[in-house]
Amino acid sequence: MTETTPTIPTQASAPSDVTKREIGQVERALIDASVRGPVLFFYFTALTWLLGANLLGVLATFKLLWPSFLGDCVLLSYGRVWPAYMDCLTYGWACMAAFGTGLWIMGRLCRVALRKSAILIAGAVLWNIGVTLGVILVLTGNGRPAELLDFPGSVSILLLAGYLFIGTWGFSMFRLRRSGPDYISVWYLIGAFFWFPWLYATANLLLSSGHVRGVMQAVVGAWFGQNLIWLFLASIGIATVYYIVPKVTNKPIHSYYMVSLGFWSFAIFGGWTGMIRLVGAPVPAWLITVSVAAAIMMLVPTATFTINYAKSMKGCSHMVYHSPVLRFTLFGAVAYSISSLLLVFFSFRNVANYTQFGTVLQGENHLGIYTFFTMVIFGSMYYIVPRLVGCEWFSSSMIRLHFWSCAYGIGFFVMLLLVGGIFQGSLWADKDVYNVDAMQAMEPFVIGRCIAWVLLTFGHIIFALHYLLMLLRLGRPSGTPTLLETKEEHA
Amino acid sequence: MKTSRIVFFGVFTTFAAATVGLLAIPQFQFGNLGPVVNKDTGDVYPVNVGGYTAQGRDVYAANGCVYCHTQVVRNAQDGSDIERGWGVRQSVARDYIYDKTVVLGFARFGPDLANEGAKSDNPADAVKKTVAWQYKHLYAPQSIEPHSNMPAYRNLFEVKKIEGQPSPDALDLTGADAPPAGYEVVPTLEARQLAAYLLSLDHSHTLPEAPVTKETAKK
Repeated sequence: MTETTPTIPTQASAPSDVTKREIGQVERALIDASVRGPVLFFYFTALTWLLGANLLGVLATFKLLWPSFLGDCVLLSYGRVWPAYMDCLTYGWACMAAFGTGLWIMGRLCRVALRKSAILIAGAVLWNIGVTLGVILVLTGNGRPAELLDFPGSVSILLLAGYLFIGTWGFSMFRLRRSGPDYISVWYLIGAFFWFPWLYATANLLLSSGHVRGVMQAVVGAWFGQNLIWLFLASIGIATVYYIVPKVTNKPIHSYYMVSLGFWSFAIFGGWTGMIRLVGAPVPAWLITVSVAAAIMMLVPTATFTINYAKSMKGCSHMVYHSPVLRFTLFGAVAYSISSLLLVFFSFRNVANYTQFGTVLQGENHLGIYTFFTMVIFGSMYYIVPRLVGCEWFSSSMIRLHFWSCAYGIGFFVMLLLVGGIFQGSLWADKDVYNVDAMQAMEPFVIGRCIAWVLLTFGHIIFALHYLLMLLRLGRPSGTPTLLETKEEHA
Repeated sequence: MKTSRIVFFGVFTTFAAATVGLLAIPQFQFGNLGPVVNKDTGDVYPVNVGGYTAQGRDVYAANGCVYCHTQVVRNAQDGSDIERGWGVRQSVARDYIYDKTVVLGFARFGPDLANEGAKSDNPADAVKKTVAWQYKHLYAPQSIEPHSNMPAYRNLFEVKKIEGQPSPDALDLTGADAPPAGYEVVPTLEARQLAAYLLSLDHSHTLPEAPVTKETAKK
């Protein structure tokens, strides 16, 4: 994890290599100092939401097993806790963390120190008030029955207002850039910062306007849910991987041509995949066919992405043992490659007939938000936070515990949702299995999810504590980054 | 400078195309479907019923019923929905045209409800078509299905002291669910709306795009 940046063209005509490098270091220190407050604040609130989401997720899973757990209070019934959990996870954790990492990478690649960064904190505060209100409204029964669009229209205005600050600052960094238009990560970030407000505003406007009736609302919901995860969050995740992996392995991106093909195919087909969520629903068949075709075409950007990070890793695979940053990021990147294949698989009509209306959709959402995006963001946080607070992560054992509990926890969790979903589908497909019996047969999968939750809770608490130690500047003194194993140990 | 313009132009046009393709065109194609009028009988379907039924949909939405119950019957080739007796024909877009908030549902952790209020020849189903059954099932699902994982929606009911004559809607409860002596459990307005809504759910009307054939009706 050296700090050399061979890809940044420097315009300063420095007399020697040493000073050139020093200028670069000073410049990066200035950029980091300018985004320190907002990015750390974004991460702090994101992690708080992650823990909150975890609590709700555990409760939702328990409620599925024992509906009268903690009494028959309607606030805690599955139908309200589950959407509240998904919203905490998506808007509280994933979006906040995405903005944090996205802005930091944008600052680094555009080589711009942010001015008046306190405005970003105002944006984050607005956003967080919005999420808090939204979750309370969902729990008290004022939500919308649309997945990931549960917040009522009035709350979405708060979120958009918060985003206005965040997005404007992101774009202004790009506008004032001193380098950067050629970096692939910047392209993806521009896409993400542009697509998010469009998506969110359009979907909320259409659902609140009253002009869109009946099944069209389900179409809007599917379009939004799919794009929020596989377009917006995925763009930020891919941008992060393209930034982090070459940095850590100290190798340039493998093929510029391929990366550019990947980006454009991602942009062209990414927005069209939404209707794979509606296979079998009462909508015209062409809508679904178009989306399935788009999902298949999305294998092109995924392939270019996979080849690129795999090539960057070539000859550096041993680094996965040492570098926590690389380990988390790579886990997420591989998860993305796998999930693109799974999305195609589950969208085929013959498969979807079994898997629709089961836990497979939840599994796909978690593949995107958790297995891919969250792991990549964890990796980026391990990279970014030490550079912002000026000390290194306190303990390598804590990082190791965090990694393994998350890797096993989320792996189990998603597998149980997907395999359980197929099993559930096969039960529903058998007309002789009585409704209640089908649900009872699902119980082992739900119990399995409780075990996954134990691992995830453990991992998240460890990471949150570790982050708190870093905020209090209680890490190791700066110098060498905290590695998981020393090279000798591994050799 | 040139690259950045291409990127901006690209992310705009690609997504604009997708928005038009997946939202505007479908809205144009079937966003304004109307009801079907049978010229011979003067029969209209679907009918826009307001009042309790429409308010009940809001209660249904507010309690997150969609996260466990769907309201979609798939055609006989795509699933066992019809064989299971959840409907006599597949659900089509026209069935939902008057739904201000559509509640298709995302998962089946419970049975499909598209025909919860439809007439049924099956005696086991016919019993569900009464308000009393719906109230009891909402208040204490396990009193009807001991192994059901449905939450008990106690918030939709109130336990009150019997004054004079017992209420005609008082729930017929036994065992642990029964209120203390001298008290009765009566539905609130929300429960009445929800029950009215559930009993209004009916996708069994024959439509040109989804006819009820003798073969499907038999099942």
